[in-house]
Amino acid sequence: MINTDVVIVGAGPTGLFCAHQLGIIGLKCEIVDNLDKIGGQCIELYPDKPIYDIPAIPECTGEELTNNLIEQIKPFNFNFHLNDRVQELKNENEKWIVKTLNGKEFLTPNIVIAGGVGSFEPRKFPTKSADQFDGKSVLYSVKDKTIFKDKSVVIFGGGDSALDWAIELSKTSKVTLIHRRDEFRGAQSSVDKVKELQKQNKIELLTKYSIKDVKGNGNLESVEIKHDDGNNKEIKADYVLGFFGLIMQLGPILDWGLNIDKKTIPVNTENFETNKKGIFAIGDICTYPGKLKLILSGFHEGALAARGCFKYARPDEKYRFEFTTASNTIKDRLGLKE
Amino acid sequence: MFPHTCPFFLINYINPMAKIKYIEHDGKEHEIEVANGLTVMEGAVQNGIPGIDADCGGSMACATCHVYVKEDWFSKLPDKEMGEDDMLDQAFEPKSNSRLSCQLTVSDELNGLIVHLPEKQI
Ligand SMILES: Cc1cc2nc3c(=O)[nH]c(=O)nc-3n(C[C@H](O)[C@H](O)[C@H](O)COP(=O)(O)OP(=O)(O)OC[C@H]3O[C@@H](n4cnc5c(N)ncnc54)[C@H](O)[C@@H]3O)c2cc1C
Ligand code: FES
Repeated sequence: MINTDVVIVGAGPTGLFCAHQLGIIGLKCEIVDNLDKIGGQCIELYPDKPIYDIPAIPECTGEELTNNLIEQIKPFNFNFHLNDRVQELKNENEKWIVKTLNGKEFLTPNIVIAGGVGSFEPRKFPTKSADQFDGKSVLYSVKDKTIFKDKSVVIFGGGDSALDWAIELSKTSKVTLIHRRDEFRGAQSSVDKVKELQKQNKIELLTKYSIKDVKGNGNLESVEIKHDDGNNKEIKADYVLGFFGLIMQLGPILDWGLNIDKKTIPVNTENFETNKKGIFAIGDICTYPGKLKLILSGFHEGALAARGCFKYARPDEKYRFEFTTASNTIKDRLGLKE
Repeated sequence: MFPHTCPFFLINYINPMAKIKYIEHDGKEHEIEVANGLTVMEGAVQNGIPGIDADCGGSMACATCHVYVKEDWFSKLPDKEMGEDDMLDQAFEPKSNSRLSCQLTVSDELNGLIVHLPEKQI
């Protein structure tokens, strides 16, 4: 069990800046995100797009913003727990026990939910019949590619993941690549490579098809696909891989007993606390009259939520307002020597 | 005859609207007037029509504002911009008549548009 002052759910820009504010006022925090990288929407959805409305930064990309935020909290040495999802919150003696999907546990008086529009998860096949094979022979990521050796693998998708895995697995497996249209969104060099492998009969490429059904009795046997023109086709398959990008799902956040209004959590604007004591919500996931889903609003919300956390983390101390320019305590925390 | 005194005309003049019909997956219909300049997605969200999530707020980054447009209307819509089909690849059950409703801007030309909502968005 990890003891801390605050657990931050979500390492998007809002969670990161809130961590900075916690560090400045002398609190510790642990940050959990189920993506494999830090930065939330900025890094997952638009790393290369320029942002023009971060105060005092005329222009920066999603990736640059993320890197700067990471740099800004470096002095505090906070731990990140990536590839892990906060699953369960339990109240115990005025504190919260926070459990993650990978079995980590935290004991904390404060939780700051900076979960954006929810955790990023792979989009799954729409066909219900695929669910029974989920995680066994219907997969949305590849952890161990050796399981596919000498097997029939049917891959769906038109982005880089689908193309790259089709190319890689064609070396040792019988690969069919299926996509809903003729154009691919992945890198042109990968598209060329797939077409070359198709000519050499190393990959079967089927476009304008989408999944209709997944068949098998206990074990996966085949997939049925339908063409835009209405014709169906059945393909033998030992494994089916789907690469349809990521969706954002509130998921476990819905089970924490919080008030929810249209996928957002109502908060008060004094300290961004929710209807549960010690649970705060900031950034895209919170709502209040006048809420703007902008990064700059998330920064302000994080600053106030951090002060809200102080009260529960240091019940016997009084919070003192200080400027970073003037306070020696803060400079110490930032590792700056006089 | 006296167009400037006709209230209907006046409303149209000040704030031109188009009628858009949203049909949910179970067949439930919602016909609403959406102001020109808004997107078909915004029309749905502002009027509380279920079935359009619009998680990214219209920045073409989520594909949860996905709709189907019947062939006769589909051909009349402005062409897809770069990137829309890439996002549609990542939608729930995309078909050849799929569009992202955040990329459809309401105008007089869209008056009478009918969009069908998918079974779900995520
Ligand atoms: C294409 C695009 C362009 C944009 N342009 C701008 C712009 O120009 N200016 C601007 O101000 N804003 C812009 N935005 C909006 C901005 O990106 C968001 O407001 C901002 O990312 C919100 O930050 P956040 O930290 O609240 O949430 P997010 O960035 O969404 O991060 C939330 C994180 O929490 C994680 N998470 C959720 N639940 C859990 C859980 N249970 N366990 C573990 N992790 C969890 C998620 O995986 C995610 O990484 C844009 C958005 C998009 C999509
Ligand atoms: S609202 Fe996200 S793509 Fe349209």
